[in-house]
Amino acid sequence: MLYLLSFLVLVMLSIGIAIIFVKDILSAVILSTVVSLIVSIIFLFIAAPDVAITEAAIGAALTAVVFVIAIKRTKMEETEDKE
Amino acid sequence: MRKFVSIVLLAGFVFYFATLTGGLMIPSTSGERSSVGLDILSRTADETGSANAVTSVVVLYRGFDTLGEVTVLFLAALGISIFMKGTGGVRKKVLDQSFILETGSRLLFPLMFLFGIYIITHGHLTPGGGFPGGVVIATGFFVILLTSESINFNKTLMSVLEGLAGLSFIGLGLVGLFGPDNSFLQNFLPLGDFNTIFSAGIIPIIYAVVGIKVAAELSSVVFAMKESK
Repeated sequence: MLYLLSFLVLVMLSIGIAIIFVKDILSAVILSTVVSLIVSIIFLFIAAPDVAITEAAIGAALTAVVFVIAIKRTKMEETEDKE
Repeated sequence: MRKFVSIVLLAGFVFYFATLTGGLMIPSTSGERSSVGLDILSRTADETGSANAVTSVVVLYRGFDTLGEVTVLFLAALGISIFMKGTGGVRKKVLDQSFILETGSRLLFPLMFLFGIYIITHGHLTPGGGFPGGVVIATGFFVILLTSESINFNKTLMSVLEGLAGLSFIGLGLVGLFGPDNSFLQNFLPLGDFNTIFSAGIIPIIYAVVGIKVAAELSSVVFAMKESK
């Protein structure tokens, strides 16, 4: 149990560091949703399923949706300026 | 600069990791660490009739905090709607979606909607409740918005639903003033059979109202962000 949780936290840690160094901003958003999913799995293992459901729904789904829409908008405006 | 930031972050993570493993060494079932939790666990079934102790805390014991959370979410959604309305303009045709995405989203939407309703209505029996269920429904709306261009999204209906849900939350709380306990947001309905869907008094009603409110708010936020220029 402890080793499993330690492994999950280590994976989360390495993904969190990878987010800083990744070039593509969309990849960073997707990686941050992976971090949220791992957090929700950890919540499930330490017997907090309510928090796990909320974290998976908000952290992994809705935050990514908002970020993706925002990235799409800004890219569209940049291409319009170039034209 | 970037290296410095990453070193600071790494140190923070290492500290967090050490704290987490240190905390997990102590068995969590010792019972001496949190007498409040044990107290709530021992009396929640008799007092509230809710099989899920977390829900009984969120809706009844700390119902006023939930009202505050709903208000914060409402203000955030209102701000986003006002901000996005100012930048609204004529929409352009988005790229043609692939057949797989289109069909998959059509298949996925009813399932996500049903799952959200399940999470909301079983909030007092199983983990979940109004907030996560509403978010799941809003994400389902986003999935359908990804592909279909001409979705008939009724904004007025969403606003009316949201307002009615908020009003009935406060109204249910006010009815509690005339109930047996004479206090705001207290149970005034019969508790019913333990661990069945029609039980726990006003908890399922309040969670249904919260679920409708959160789903309407967040789907209008997503829609406003998608529609604005």
